[in-house]
Amino acid sequence: MGEASKTNPLSAIPVGHATIKHEDMQAHHHHTHAPVSRHEHGHHVLQVEDLSVGFRMYEEDVPYFRAKQRETEVIDRLNISVHVGEIVAVVGASGSGKTLVADAVLGLFEPNATVHGRIWFDGELQDADSLQKLRGHGISLVPQSVNSLDPLMKVGRQVEGFAHPDESHAVRRRRREKLFARYGLSEAVAGMYPFELSGGMARRVLVCCALMDDPRVIVADEPTPGLDLELAVRALGDLRTFADEGGGVLLITHDIELALQVADRVAVFENGTVVEETAVANFASPDLLEHPFSRALWHALPEHDFQTGGGSPC
Amino acid sequence: MLEARGVSFKYPGAKRLLYEGFDLAVGTDERVALTAPSGFGKTTLCRMLAGYERPQAGNVLVDGEPLPRRGTCPVQLILQHPEKAVDPRMRMRDTLAEAGEVPQRLLDDLGIQKRWLGRFPHELSGGELQRFCIARALAAHPRYLVADEISTMLDAVTQAQIWRFLVSETQACGIGVVFVSHSPALTERIATRVVDLARTE
Repeated sequence: MGEASKTNPLSAIPVGHATIKHEDMQAHHHHTHAPVSRHEHGHHVLQVEDLSVGFRMYEEDVPYFRAKQRETEVIDRLNISVHVGEIVAVVGASGSGKTLVADAVLGLFEPNATVHGRIWFDGELQDADSLQKLRGHGISLVPQSVNSLDPLMKVGRQVEGFAHPDESHAVRRRRREKLFARYGLSEAVAGMYPFELSGGMARRVLVCCALMDDPRVIVADEPTPGLDLELAVRALGDLRTFADEGGGVLLITHDIELALQVADRVAVFENGTVVEETAVANFASPDLLEHPFSRALWHALPEHDFQTGGGSPC
Repeated sequence: MLEARGVSFKYPGAKRLLYEGFDLAVGTDERVALTAPSGFGKTTLCRMLAGYERPQAGNVLVDGEPLPRRGTCPVQLILQHPEKAVDPRMRMRDTLAEAGEVPQRLLDDLGIQKRWLGRFPHELSGGELQRFCIARALAAHPRYLVADEISTMLDAVTQAQIWRFLVSETQACGIGVVFVSHSPALTERIATRVVDLARTE
C-alpha cells in the first residue's frame, strides 16, 4: 500500500464491538450489519478503509506531444468490510471501479497505479507484499475475465495448481475432481484447453479455482455471467455455504436479482465510492433505498420498470 | 429473412454433432431469443449465423443468398466477452475504424466518451468495451444483429439504456435481432419470440 499506516488495527474498532447486538442492523463505523454478521476475535475478516486508487495517465483530450501526465482518481476513500459468515454484494455502475477494489484486495496493481488506504485481513494490517502472499493462501479471487485462464494449459492441471508444496498432487487432483463433478464438468473437460470451453464452462472452472484453496475470504468478481440460471444459483449457493462455514465473501456483480437471494448486505457503488450500504431486505422496495442511484438501479431492473432515467450518465 | 437451413455442425475432433439438420428462420422485424443450458452450443450457433463458423452440412442464408465470403457480412455478431473481441494493442479509435466511418450520433447514443477513444482496451471496463463492440457492429450497417449475452457485464441502468437503444435502433433501421440471455426477465422484455434449442433437437 502506498500509505504505511501506524494505526494499531484494533484501535479502529471500538471497545465492545463484538458485543454489539447485530440483529438491529445498526450502523457503526461506516457500515451496517446483517443478522449473520459475526466479529470473530473482535474484528472483521476483511476490512478496507479509505482506499483510494489513482492512475498516472497522459491527458487524453490534448494533442499527443503536448499531453502531460496527470493523476486520475478512480476510487476515492472507499470503506467496505466483510464479516465472518456473510456475503457482501457490491453492485453499481459499470466502469465505477468495482474490479479495482477486487484487485486492490488481492494486491494486484497496475504499474501506473497509486494506491492509498488501509486493508486489514483477519485483524492484521496488510501491505502490498503481505497481500501478495495472501493470494491463494487466505484470499482467493474469482476473476472477471475468462482470459485469466492460461490458454496453453489444460484446465484440469490449471485448477489443481502448482504453488502447493505442502499438499500432494494426488490430493489436489481428488479435490479438483470433486469440484468438477459438483459443477457438472466432466472429466473430459479437465483435459481440454480453455479455447475448447463454452463461456459458462470457463466461468465454472474459475469458480473451482477459487474454491480449491480453502480461503478465508473469496472475492468473486462477476462469477455468474454465461451461467444458466440453475448453475448460477448453484455457484452462488456454494458461496453461501462457504460463508456459513465461517468464510467471508465479497461478491461483485451486476445481477442484482441473484445477488439479493444470497447476500446479507449490499454495497451500492458509484463513481469510485460506496454511496449506500444497506440490508438486502431494503431492496424489496425503492422507498427503502436512500441514495438516488440505488433507486435508479432498482427501477432499471428488467423485472421492475426497465427505466433508464434518473441514473448516472452511462 | 435470416435462415439456417438443415445445418449440421461439429467441432474438429469432437465425437458428437452439436447440431444436426437444424432449422431457424428470423425476419427483420423479429427479436428472437435463444435459450439452452450452458455448454449446449448457443455461442456456436451465433457464430455460424454470423459466418464465423461454416456448418459441415446445410446453409446459412440471408434472403436466400449464402453469407458472402468476402466483404462486410450482413449479419454482425456482438461477442460474449468484449475483451476477446478487440485487439489489445490497438487504440479504441482504430478498433472502431474497423467498421469504417462511425457516426457521432451512434457514439453519443451508446454513451461512448471522447476521451476513451485514445485508450487501449485494458484501460476500459468490461461494460465500456462492450459499447465499442456494439457501435462497431452497428456501424457496419448489418441486416441482422446477433447478440451473444452482450449485457451481462453491464449494470442494470446501463443494461436498460443499451437494450432500449438497440430495440429502437433495430426497429428504425429494420434490423433483425437474434440474442442470447440467461435472464428470463430480460428475455421477456426484449424478445418477440423465444426459441428453446434444447427442445427443438
